[in-house]
Parts: sequence; structure tokens; C-alpha cells
Amino acid sequence: MNATNLTLSLVVGGLFAGGVHLLLQRGLFRIVLGFVLLGHGANLVLLIAGGPAGAVPEVGEADPAAASDPLPQAMALTAVVITFAVTALLLALCDRSVMLYGDDEVRDDVEDRLLARQERQGEET
Amino acid sequence: MTASTLLIAVPVAVPLLAAGLSLLLSPFPVVQRVLGVTVLAAVLLDAAVLLVHVDRSGTQPLHVGGWEPPLGITLVADRFSALVLLVSALVCLVVMLYAVGQGTAEQRVENVPSVFHPTYLVLLAGIALVFLTGDLFTLFVGLEVMLMASYVLITLGATAERVRAGMTYIISSLTASILLVTTIGLVYSTTGTVNLAQLSEATADLSAGTRGLLGLLLLVVLGIKAAMVPLHWWLPDSYPTAPVPVTAVFAALLTKVAVYAIVRTQTLMFPQPEPWTLLLVLSAATMLVGVLGALVQDDVNRLLSFTLVSHIGFMLFGLALSSVAGLTGVVLYLVHHITVQTALFLVSGLVERERGTVSLRRLGGLASTAPLVAALFLLPAFSLGGVPPLAGFIGKLALLQAAVARATPLVLAVAAVVLLASLLTLAAMTRLWLLAFWRHPAEPVAESPAQRAGEGEIPLASARLMRASAAAAVLVGLLLVAAAGPLAAFSQRAAADLADRASYRGAVLSGEAG
Repeated sequence: MNATNLTLSLVVGGLFAGGVHLLLQRGLFRIVLGFVLLGHGANLVLLIAGGPAGAVPEVGEADPAAASDPLPQAMALTAVVITFAVTALLLALCDRSVMLYGDDEVRDDVEDRLLARQERQGEET
Repeated sequence: MTASTLLIAVPVAVPLLAAGLSLLLSPFPVVQRVLGVTVLAAVLLDAAVLLVHVDRSGTQPLHVGGWEPPLGITLVADRFSALVLLVSALVCLVVMLYAVGQGTAEQRVENVPSVFHPTYLVLLAGIALVFLTGDLFTLFVGLEVMLMASYVLITLGATAERVRAGMTYIISSLTASILLVTTIGLVYSTTGTVNLAQLSEATADLSAGTRGLLGLLLLVVLGIKAAMVPLHWWLPDSYPTAPVPVTAVFAALLTKVAVYAIVRTQTLMFPQPEPWTLLLVLSAATMLVGVLGALVQDDVNRLLSFTLVSHIGFMLFGLALSSVAGLTGVVLYLVHHITVQTALFLVSGLVERERGTVSLRRLGGLASTAPLVAALFLLPAFSLGGVPPLAGFIGKLALLQAAVARATPLVLAVAAVVLLASLLTLAAMTRLWLLAFWRHPAEPVAESPAQRAGEGEIPLASARLMRASAAAAVLVGLLLVAAAGPLAAFSQRAAADLADRASYRGAVLSGEAG
């Protein structure tokens, strides 16, 4: 293994930190943005996993030994597509939530609260 | 293109193609239904033939597009994957028939045609891909295909309740997915391959610390999807609100797919010579937390969701034993659990049709007004609690025998937890029975169950189809008992396959059937 690219590693760290911070918010839209950041972080991890940059990995372009590893690039591409699709779905969910509730807050579970209330009232179940 | 490669390709490719076709057929609901049922029946048949074929001639690989590992995508069918694929296809078919009866796909929102049928087929394709995959990245893709379909299904109709539950579910699953990609990136950077067969060799060269870290990361990310305590928080909040057929198929398959992935990755990449202490403790916690949660629920579907969490622990326990006997127990229990959960959730759907509610406080007297539903509930409930001679008992017996063979103090302690959790499951089921079926109704029963807001009269034929498919789900559970001998023998062979990594490698990398 060669030395890992320090800049990229730091960027991954920053993206993950920001993504996690946004994930912990109450609003769904912020959570979506958090996922976008996390997705970028994960894709960069895949890119770093491929080792150092090299020549274009196309047949006939460069000799295979000097080319960069194509496999992580293919994986990152797949992951990008998946992240993109899920982001679109989440935005639709945001929209729907605003339509139904008037805001995009991620709510507590109703049933949990009901059970807790029963507990307080000491009701026979 | 030999017969075996065709057999392996069908469960993934055909549902995906059919999903596209099904989307085009949206204006013709009847054709959609016929297409869905036909495709599911075809996959079921294919899985059955594949099972026999794999059992006769050993593990079968398929290198997609003729690309050899490590570059290409590899699909592998061995005994374990063929068996779970067969059971999953069967369950999907039963639930599909139930959905047709209930008219899940007909619940439109503002004249947008429902996407139930195409999405359901995509779900099956994703599940099949996870079961048949031979590399870690395709495993992720399969999970993602399955989860994308499940996101759509869980928010079907986008009512306020489902949107709320869907948020919890999607955010949790997505977090796990992104962490899984990250983990795969780390695995690739340390080993230089994502092919499972090659990884099973490559992980041996890593330092103990790196191996432990990667193994733990994989366990955590898949553990979120498998609802392993303490990563189970999302499941009981998100499952109960979806339409009944969707909940049934989720409960039956989604978490078990993750359990399958855990078993597959841990046995191939990080085999443990000794019982795995961490997983033993986690499995004990999963069993207890799940069942204690089940004891206090009021909503029937939530109660069943908690028992589902509890019984994930049983399978993790079998894996933690790290012995062939333990894995045999896992395979048996997995099959039993898929069928029993489907049956219970479908019956819960019948109850809801009967009374319009699944709240235990408001139910009662179902045994006298709907004796068939009561009978259909009892069998899987007893099976879940492990009453002999039902399938659940066979699975638990296999696990306990494996535990006794491995008798360290901790293993025996967790085995005691297995017994306790089984008893408490039985208690939870008995409570459900007493409150919902046995006692006098808590409130006067409405004359006609179909007279509810937002739902017209369900035609008699559909109601019959719903009952028949719920009965079929229960019957599959009984069939497992009838076939207990061959099934146990087969599970043993499948477990031996799992433990024998060299033959898996040989089959995938050099093309000699192991």
C-alpha cells in the first residue's frame, strides 16, 4: 500500500463530521443535506481505497501497471447513483411532510407516547 | 450459458425486467396482477430446481458477462442461499396473493396509479441478489435495491402516519447503507478485492486489530438492518403503519436478508475458532429486550414487531457459537422464522379486516366471531413460542443442542436466556390470545366489518383469497414440520458448506464444483 492522500483523508473527516451533525437535527431537510455530505464522504473513501492516482484506466490508453485502479471508480459511480436516487426520494418525502403537517420535523412515535401516558395514568392494560 | 448459470440468473433478472413491464401496464390492473403472480411463481419454481441442482452438484458460480474475479460481478448459489431463496420466493408469492385479495394496489392517492406491483417485483429482485451475490459490493447493491423498493412500499399512499414512520425507517436504513459503503471502501483498501471468495483468503493476512475492526464494522452496519439490539430502535416504529401485505413481507424477509448477510460475511471473512463472546452477549440482549418489549405493547402489529426483534437474537446466537451445529440451527431457525412471521402478520391483517382495529384494548371475543382467524393465529403463535412439535421447537432444539456441545459457562448462560425468551414469547402470545380472542369484547362489535371509513365493501371472493393465502402461510409452517427430517439434514449440509471455506473458494475461483 502506498501512502494515503492526506488532503483527501481530511476532507473525508470533515464531510463525515458535518454530515453527522446535520443528521442529528430535527428537520428532515437538514437531515437530507446531512446525507448528501455523508454520501460524498463515503464516495471519497472509495476513491482513496483505490490507491494513488495514475493514468486513465482505459484499454490502449496506458499500460495497466501505470493506470489507476478502475474498480473503486466503478463502485463510487454506483454509490453516487444510489445516493442521488435516495436524495430525490427523501426530498419528495420532505415535500409530502410539509403538505401534511406544515413542517418537515421528524416526529416521535405516537404509540410510544401512548404507552408512556398509560404508564403515567397507571391504567389497567 | 449452461443450465446452472441460467438458474442463478433468473431470480434476479426476471423480476427486474417484469418490474419495468409492470410499470407500463399500470392502466391494466388485472394484467399487472397476473404478471406479478406469474413471475413470482416462475422464480419459486426456479429456486426449487436450483436447490435440487446445488444439492446434487455442489456450489455453483456465475461470472456475469464472463468477467472473472476480481474484476467481474460474481453470483454464487450454494445450499444455504438456495434454501433461503426458495423460502423467500414462496413467502413473496403467498403475500402477493393476499395483496391481490386485499386490493393493496388499488388504494390510489389523487389518481396517481399505485406502484405496488412493480415495486414489489423490484423488492424480490433485490432480495434474490443479496442471497446470490458473491462479492461484497454487489451485496451492498442488492441491499440497496431491496431497500429502495421498501422505502416506496412503506410510504405507499403517503398518508400522514406512513410518512412519519417512513422517515424513521428511511433515515435509519440510509445511515446503515452509507456506513456499509464506507466499510466496503476500508475493506477494499486493506485487501484490494471485494470478492468474497478472495476475501476469505485475504483477511487471514491482515493484522488481528484490522480484522477485528472490519469484522465489527460489518457486524454493526448489517446489525442495524437486522434489528440487532441496541440497533433495533427503528423497527417497531416503522413496520406497523404500512399496509398489511407490505408489513408481512418486510417482517418476513428484510431483517432476515440482513441476518443472511451477517452469517455469510462473518463465516467467510472472519471465522472464529471459539464462541464469539461479543455476539453472544448481543444476542442475549436482543432476545430479552425484544420479548420484554412485546409483553407491554397494545398494538398487535407492534407486539409482533417486538417478537421479531427478539427472535433475531436466536439466529445471532447460533452464529456466535461458531460451530457447524450452531450454523445448522441458524439455517433451520431462519427458514422457520420467515414463514412464521409472514403467517402472524397476515393473520393480524385478517383481524384488522374483521374489527377495523388492532388495538388490544379494543379487541376481544374474536374466537367466537371469527374462529378460523383464531385457529390460524394459534398455530404460528405456538410455533414462535417453540411448542413441540412445531417448526419453532425444531429450530430452538437445534440451537440448544449446539450450545450444549459448546458448553462454556457464557454459552450456557445465553442458552438459559434462549429458554427464558421462548417462555416469555409464549407469555406474550398468550396475552395476545386472551385479550384479542378469548375474553368478551371490550366494546360492542360492529355488524359488518367492511363498513369502515374509506373502505367500500370488499367482495367475497377477495376476502376468501385473503383467508386462503393467510392459511397457506400457516400451512407452509406446518409443512416445515412434516419435512423436518430432510430439512434438518439439508440444513446440516448447508452449515457444513458454510464452515468449509476452501470448497467455496474452489467453486468460485477455479470453477470446480465444491
